[in-house]
Amino acid sequence: MSEALGLYNYWIFVALMMTGLFIVVSRGNLVKKIIGLNIFQASVFLFFISLGKVDHGTAPIVSHAGDHGAAIYANPLPHVLILTAIVVGVSTTAVALALVVRIFEAFGSVEDDDLHRAEHES
Amino acid sequence: MSGSWTLLLAVIAPVAGAAAVGLLGRRPNLREAASLIAAAVTFGLVASLVPTVLDGGRPAFLLLELLPGFSLRLHAEPLGVGFGLIASSLWFVTVVYAIGYMRAHHEENQTRFYLFFALAIATTVGAALAANLLTLYVFYESLTLATYPLVTHGGGDKDRAGGRTYLTILLGTSLTFFLLAMAWTWSLTGSLAFVDGGLFRDGNALIDGVTPGLIAVLFALFVFGAGKAAIMPFHRWLPAAMVAPTPVSALLHAVAVVKLGVFTILKISVYTFGIGTLAMVDAGQLLQYVAAATLLIAAVIAIREDNLKRRLAYSTISQLAYIVLAAMLANRFSILAGGMHIAIHAFAKITLFFCAGAILVSLHKTTVGELRGVGRAMPITMGAWLVASFCVIGLPLTGGFWSKWYLAQGALEAGEPLMFGVILLGSLLAMGYLLPPAIRAFYGPDPAAPLAVRARGAAEAPRFSLAALVFTAAVSAALFFAAPQMSRWLQGIEGIG
Amino acid sequence: MIASHLPVLQVVMSLVAAPLCMVLHRGRPAWLLSVAVSWASLACAVALLLQVIDDGAVTYAFGGWAAPVGIEYRIDILNGFVLLIIAAISAVVVPYSLRSAADEIAPERLWLFYAVLNLLLAGLFGIAITGDLFNVFVFLEISSLASYALVSLGRDRRALTAAFRYLILGTLGATFILIGIGLLYAATGTLNMADIAVRVQGQLDSRTILAAFAFLTVGISLKAALFPLHSWLPGAYAYAPSAVTALLAATATKVAIYLLLRMVFLFGPDFIYEELPLSEVIVTLALLGVLSGSAAALLQTDVKRLLAYSSVAHVGYMLLGIGLGGMLGLGGGIVHLFNHAMAKGAVFLAVGCIVLRVGSSELASLQGIGRRMPWTMAAFVIAAFSLIGVPLTAGFIGKWYLVLAAMERGWWWVAAALLVAGALSVLYMWRVVEQAYFHEPHPANADAAEAPLSMLVPLWVLAAASVYFGIDTSLNAGLAARAAAVVLGIAP
Repeated sequence: MSEALGLYNYWIFVALMMTGLFIVVSRGNLVKKIIGLNIFQASVFLFFISLGKVDHGTAPIVSHAGDHGAAIYANPLPHVLILTAIVVGVSTTAVALALVVRIFEAFGSVEDDDLHRAEHES
Repeated sequence: MSGSWTLLLAVIAPVAGAAAVGLLGRRPNLREAASLIAAAVTFGLVASLVPTVLDGGRPAFLLLELLPGFSLRLHAEPLGVGFGLIASSLWFVTVVYAIGYMRAHHEENQTRFYLFFALAIATTVGAALAANLLTLYVFYESLTLATYPLVTHGGGDKDRAGGRTYLTILLGTSLTFFLLAMAWTWSLTGSLAFVDGGLFRDGNALIDGVTPGLIAVLFALFVFGAGKAAIMPFHRWLPAAMVAPTPVSALLHAVAVVKLGVFTILKISVYTFGIGTLAMVDAGQLLQYVAAATLLIAAVIAIREDNLKRRLAYSTISQLAYIVLAAMLANRFSILAGGMHIAIHAFAKITLFFCAGAILVSLHKTTVGELRGVGRAMPITMGAWLVASFCVIGLPLTGGFWSKWYLAQGALEAGEPLMFGVILLGSLLAMGYLLPPAIRAFYGPDPAAPLAVRARGAAEAPRFSLAALVFTAAVSAALFFAAPQMSRWLQGIEGIG
Repeated sequence: MIASHLPVLQVVMSLVAAPLCMVLHRGRPAWLLSVAVSWASLACAVALLLQVIDDGAVTYAFGGWAAPVGIEYRIDILNGFVLLIIAAISAVVVPYSLRSAADEIAPERLWLFYAVLNLLLAGLFGIAITGDLFNVFVFLEISSLASYALVSLGRDRRALTAAFRYLILGTLGATFILIGIGLLYAATGTLNMADIAVRVQGQLDSRTILAAFAFLTVGISLKAALFPLHSWLPGAYAYAPSAVTALLAATATKVAIYLLLRMVFLFGPDFIYEELPLSEVIVTLALLGVLSGSAAALLQTDVKRLLAYSSVAHVGYMLLGIGLGGMLGLGGGIVHLFNHAMAKGAVFLAVGCIVLRVGSSELASLQGIGRRMPWTMAAFVIAAFSLIGVPLTAGFIGKWYLVLAAMERGWWWVAAALLVAGALSVLYMWRVVEQAYFHEPHPANADAAEAPLSMLVPLWVLAAASVYFGIDTSLNAGLAARAAAVVLGIAP
C-alpha cells in the first residue's frame, strides 16, 4: 500500500493523462479538444520531470569548491528532453489553433457535429 | 536453332500480328490479311515443333528469371504443342469466319476486335508452351485481360455487366485459389517447374512433409483456381460472357479461354502432380463427383435453355466437365481421352457457334423456338450443325466418339462404374440439347416466315463464314480417322505411353 | 571530407532549404531550390547506402561526442534502404509539384508550401537516420507538424478538418511514443538505440519495459495507420493537395513502419516473436486492416479516397510481414515497403494529373478519361497492376514473400486472406479502369488534354520503376533480405 502511495507522482501523471484523453475524445468543441491535448501532453512532461528527480538531489552543477563526491544530483537529462518536448507541444498547439481559426473561417463553426454535417453536404 | 527460339517466336508472332492489325486499322482488307498471315505463321511455328517433340525432344526457352528458380520459361511437350496447334489453326478459321460475320453484322470497332483477338491468341500460345506454373499463371491472367474488351465489345450496360461477372469470377478464382496453390507448391517443393512424373514424388513415396490429404486439397485448389474450366460453382462467367459477338464466343468457348482452363488442369495433373501420384493418393476421389455433377446439371440446364448461344454455353460447361473428369480419374486412358477431347470438342463446338452466329446474321434468330424452317433456308449451315452435334454427342464416324470411348474405358480402369454411367448419361443428355434445334430446323418451313426465306438455301450464311464452318465441321468428322495419330502423339506424355 | 559528413547532410540540406524558401519568398525559386535539394538528397542517400553495403553500418557522432553520451546517427542496411525510398520519392514528387501545386495552391502561399515540404522531408530523413530514440520523437513531430500544415493546404475546405483530425490523432500517437521513450530511459538509462538493444536484454520481463513496449507500439501504430487506428488516413489523403498525397502516401506511413521494424531490433526478435503473443495480434490486426481497407475502397466514389483506403490495406500487408517475422516475412514486408512506395506514389501522381485537367477526382468524372489522357491512365494501370500484385510487377514479389512466410508458419488462413484481399484489390482498381476505358467520355472532361510533360515524366518514372523492380528484383528483394537480417540481428 505504502509502496503504491509512494509512487504518487505516477498516480498524478496517470490521472492527468486520463483526464486529457477523456477531454480529447468526449468534447465536440475543437478548442476544448486542444485543451485536452495540452493536459495530456503536460501529464507526460510531469512524468518525465519526476523521473529525473532524485530524493534530496540538487541541481547537477559542479561547484568549484570541489567536494562534489558527496552531493546527490538530480538527473538533468529528462529535464532537458522535456524542454524540447515542451517546445514541440507549443508548436503543435499553435498549428492546431491556426487550423481552428481557418476551420472557423471556412465552416463558421468549431463544433464537431456541425462540421460533420457541413462535410456531408459539401 | 534447336526449336527453342521457335517457342519464343510462336508467342511473338501473334503479338506482331496484333501490332500489324493496329497499324492497318483503316484498311480492313489488309488488316484481315495481317491477322490471317499471323495465324498461319503461328501455326507454322508451332507445327515445326511437332517432329522434335515426337522424337522425345523437349526444347525449352528461358524468358526471364525473377528470383532464383522463379522464372518465366517456355517449353514444348505433347499436350502444350497440341493445344498450341488447335489454338493457332482455329484462330485462322475464326478470322475467316469473322470477316463474313463482322462485316455482315456491321459491328463497330472491328480493329480493336481483331487486335485483342490476336493478343488473346498470343497469351493462349504462351500458356500452352509454359514450362512452369508461374509462366502458365502469367499467361492465364493475361488471357483474361486480353479477352475482356472482346466480351464487352458491344459497349452497352448489359455488356459491361456481363464483362464484370466474367472478370470477377476468372480473376477471383485464379488470384485466390490458384495463387495460393502455387505458393503452397513452392513452399512444399521449392519448385514450380513442369516435370515428368510431377514434383511430389521421390521414388515410390511422397516427398517429406506431404500427405495424401494435402495433395487432395492442393489439387482441389488448382482445379477450382482454373476458373476458366467452368467447374460449378464457378461456371457463371461463361453464360454471362455470351453478350459478346459470336466469333468471340466461338473463340472463348471452343478454343482459347475454356480450353486453357481444362488444359491447365490436365497439365498440372500430369506435370505438377504426376498421374501416378494422383492415382496413388486418389486425389480426385471427391472432385470427380463435382465434375460429374457439373456435367449433368449443365446438360440439364442446356436442354431447358431457349437462347441458342446460352444453350451452347451450358453445353460447353458440360463438355468441359468431361475433361476435368478425365483429370480426376487420372489414368492413361482418361488422360488420353482428356487430351483428345480438348482437340475434338474445340472443332465441334466452334462449328456450333459458327452456325449460331450465321443464323443470327442471316435470319436474326437467337432462340431455339424460332428455328423452324431454318434448315431449308440454310441447309449447309444446319448440316454442319448436325455433324458437329454428332461429334459432341460422341457418335461413331465423328471424332467425338474416341474421346468418349477412351474416357469410358478410363472410368472402368479406375474402378468407377458410376462415372462410366455418368459419361453415358451425359451423351444422352447432349442429344437432348443439340438435336432438337436441328430437328426443328429441318422439320419444315415456318408458315409465318416471309416467302423469300422459305426457298431452299435462300438465306445461307456469308461466304467466308460458310467456308469456315464447313471446314471445322469436316475436321470434327475427320478426326474419327485420326485417332491412331492422336493417341500416338499423346503417348509422348510420361505415364501414358 | 564530404563523404564523412554525408549522414548529417542528408537531414541538414532539407532543414536549411526550409528557411531559405521563406527568404526567397516566391514560388518558382523556392521550387527550384527544393528540386535541387531533393536531388542532392537522393545522391546523398545513394552514396550512404553504397557506403553501408561496402563497409557495414556508418555512424556519425554529433559534435564529436561519442555514442552513449552524444547523439549519434547510425545507418545500416535497413534505414539506408528507407532513406533511399524517401529520397527517391521526393526527387520525383518535388519536380512534379511545379504544375500540380501551382494549380491547387494559392500563388501567394506557394513558397510557404515548399518551405513546409522541405521541413517534412527533413523530419522524415531525420527519423530514418538517427540512432537516438529521443531524436526520433523530435523528428517525428517535425515531419508530423509539417504534414498537418501540408494537408490543410488542400483546396477543399474539408482538408482543414481532415488536417485537424490528423493532428489530434497524430499528437496522441507521438505523445504515446514519448511516454514509451521515457519508460525505456527509466529502465535502461540511455537513449541510444544500439545501447538500449543491449541493455534491455535481461530485464525484458520487467513491467517498465513491457509498458514502454506497449506505449511505443500503440503510438507508432497510430502513425502507421494500423487498423483500427487508421481513421485519420483516408480524409488526410483525400483532401491534401495531390503532390502532398503522393509524398505522404509513399513515405510517411513507411517511416512509421520502419520504426516498428526498429522496435523488433530494439527489443530483440525473441522477445517479440517468442515471449509475447504479438505475432498473432499484429497479424490479426494487419489482416483486418487489409480486408477492411480493401472492402472500404470498393465503396468509395472518389478515386483519391479509394486509393487512400487501399493504403490502409497495404499498410496491413507491411505489418503482416512484421507480424509473420522471419526472413521471409520481414523481407516481404520490407520489399513491399519499397514497392508500395513506387506504385502508390505513381497512382496518386496520376490522379494529380487528372485533378489538374479535369478538376475533380470523382470516379464519375473519370468516364472515358482513358481516351483523353492516354499516357496518364496507362501509367495508372501499370501502377495499379503493381498494387494488385500482378506477376512481373514489383508488387508481386512482396506479396509472394508474404504468402510464403504465412505458409512457412503453417498459417494457411493468412495466405488465403491475403489472396482474397488481392482479389478485392482487383475489383476496386477495376472500377477505376472500367470508368476510364469502357465508358463514353463524361462532359466534365470534354476538354481535358494530356497532362504536361513535367508531370508525366515523374509519373512514368515511378510507373516504370514498378515494372522494372518486378523483373529485376536483385536491388529491392536483395536489399530487403539484407535489411531483414539486420532486424533479426543476424547481420550487423
